[in-house]
Amino acid sequence: MPIEIPKDKWPGKIRTVTLGATAAEGGTRSKTVAIGGEASLPFMHFENPTPNPPLVAIEIKDRKPEDWSPLLAEVWSEAMNDPGAWAKAAEATGADLILLALSVTGADGKPNTPDAAVAATKAVLGATGLPLLVYGPGQVELDNELLVPVAEATRGERLVLGICEDKNYRTIVATAMANGHLVTARAPMDVNLSKQLNILISDMGMPADRILMDPTTGALGYGIEYGYSVMERLRLAALQGDAMTQGPMIVTPGFEAWKTKESKVGEGVPESWGDWKERAINWETVTAVALIETGATIVVLRHPESVKRVHRAIEELMAV
Amino acid sequence: MALSGIQIYKLLPQTNCKECGFPTCLAFAMKLAAKQAELAACPYVTEESRKQLAESAAPPIRLITLKAAGGEIKAGNETVLFRHEKTFFNKAGLFVKVKASDGAEAIKAEVAKANAYKVNYVGIELCVDGFAVEADGGDFSAAVKAVRSATKRPLILVGKDTAVLDAGLAALPGENPMLCGADASNWEAMADLAKKYSASLTVSGASLDELADLTAKIQAKGVEDMALEVKGDNLSQNLSLATQLRRLALKSNFRPLGYPLVTFTEGGNGRDAVAAAQAISKYAGFVVLPRFAAELFYPLLVLRQNIYTDPQKPIQVQPGIYEINNPKPESPVLVTTNFSITYFSIANEVEGSGLPAWLVVCDAEGMSVLTAWAAGKFDSERIAKTIKTMDVASKVSRKRIVIPGHVAVLSGELEAELPDWEIRVGPREAVDVPAFMKQALI
Repeated sequence: MPIEIPKDKWPGKIRTVTLGATAAEGGTRSKTVAIGGEASLPFMHFENPTPNPPLVAIEIKDRKPEDWSPLLAEVWSEAMNDPGAWAKAAEATGADLILLALSVTGADGKPNTPDAAVAATKAVLGATGLPLLVYGPGQVELDNELLVPVAEATRGERLVLGICEDKNYRTIVATAMANGHLVTARAPMDVNLSKQLNILISDMGMPADRILMDPTTGALGYGIEYGYSVMERLRLAALQGDAMTQGPMIVTPGFEAWKTKESKVGEGVPESWGDWKERAINWETVTAVALIETGATIVVLRHPESVKRVHRAIEELMAV
Repeated sequence: MALSGIQIYKLLPQTNCKECGFPTCLAFAMKLAAKQAELAACPYVTEESRKQLAESAAPPIRLITLKAAGGEIKAGNETVLFRHEKTFFNKAGLFVKVKASDGAEAIKAEVAKANAYKVNYVGIELCVDGFAVEADGGDFSAAVKAVRSATKRPLILVGKDTAVLDAGLAALPGENPMLCGADASNWEAMADLAKKYSASLTVSGASLDELADLTAKIQAKGVEDMALEVKGDNLSQNLSLATQLRRLALKSNFRPLGYPLVTFTEGGNGRDAVAAAQAISKYAGFVVLPRFAAELFYPLLVLRQNIYTDPQKPIQVQPGIYEINNPKPESPVLVTTNFSITYFSIANEVEGSGLPAWLVVCDAEGMSVLTAWAAGKFDSERIAKTIKTMDVASKVSRKRIVIPGHVAVLSGELEAELPDWEIRVGPREAVDVPAFMKQALI
């Protein structure tokens, strides 16, 4: 019985975006990486080739975070005290990209300063040849205060700066445009709000191939289904030809999974949750893989073992 | 495929006898098409028409049921490719596989452990759905009996040799198990066996063409309840195959492949978790794992709950004042939204801390704190209104409320809305609430 496999034909495709710049391109990265370019739903190789695999970024901080799970503190150990060393350790673990998340305060408890932010960024750039993403602490004024000098001090590197949200995007976009960087645009789990923010950023003159979309996601057990469906809908809208939803999607399953009780703590939890470490890794990995299969192009993770497992999954998913 | 009213009309007697309760056959046909009437109401419809209409009404993915004394598991009847289009209906059954070669004692111990497992997620008790027994040598009948002595839940028997499988099935009288392993080499004998024991039959083929041929032949032998094994070499092939099968059933209405899917996951170092997660999100009706471990099943059971939640109905709890650990008038008032995951996260933390508190759950249309805030469903006005209409002031002696850290920006406005209340900003995450209550709420 010969069967005709139903194949989707789409008018649109995901935009190709290049991260990082080599010396020849005005930066200092040892290589650049391209993401996006898909013309089908994720990994439907029987319809169209998948030009670029999804990538794994490892999230590091400019100083040792106090509120991260002991499991993360244990695995990164001394490297957490020095962003350069941490970036090197992350690269050695197999990261495709590094995401440097700037802290609200310095070690002295006072607000983080532009000088410290620039120094941390430069330390990371000096320690690794991987393309870099730099995110502010997530407070409007401080984000702008820190990210502008970082953008200026790294002109031409094609960093990804973030996070642009509807209440604060202008300053970050302006400095990214002026200094040859990219931005992440985050909207709260809503197709129309994602689209709206992309329009606002594009209206400022930012080229579309320098915008990553973060649709926001929840961890497994904490709202993953909302982000999951929003991502599926965004991907479908992009393939149907809606230009303002065609940016590659970046999500932060590491951040989301490691703030859940299931990952974060090992004491005072039900016995039925099983072994702490393995559960935590499964929590991060399952969240990440589910999102990759809905169309995530970059997943930002925290634990090296999750990175390894997610990489193996991506390798299998890319097999034709 | 569902027929239109006109197509149905052509199959009716067209005598307008009105005995069905409708004025004309056409009116009756329209009601049938809208599924607002039953064909049984027409006393004169021919046997031939009845058959055609029944076929057209059959779901594109057949519903099959595994039954045992301890319960039943259904798969099939799915209608969409993406959960946001409507919802996914029959949650993928999560099974644990044991091998006959492990011996009856080891099997019994493993099954008893998995069978006793239960875990609470947002107030729902989750457990392993059933067990698979593989005939890989050794005494299969004894292995099946060992499993049956340790669990009452539905079983899947896996193998190729029908004589061996027969001995296993004979140990399960009165049940509807699943028989797994029919292919081009043994389909006829497997079909006979499935029929003999009222088992559903899982079929695999080297290609979709071969698979469709096999299911058609097996159906002709009288076995209706089938499932299809997704047997790719890697995650990529499994994803493509599962997607193609779902599309063929739903978009092409291709009956020979309109059956639920079965996926067996393999691989250590966490690969089984990844493969099972993919199968749960992408279309499996049954997922069979090679081992049981709480740290493996808990995340997978939660993923399945999440994926199978109806997207049109956020899971909510009733807005109101919840008393945790017998609060007294001087106990603190914590405010949150009525998204059930949010509620249970906070409630479990506070309960676990042993500290008494009044938990005020605002009606935020079932959204989490941040989402509700972004959507304007959890603002100072709504919180203030909730505090007033629920008359929280009558319960407490100290007028102090704690709002989630994620909505710290609301504290100023809330002070204006509730001038005689002290407004405190709590932590962003539930997990940090007990420490906050101990240190900051003295």
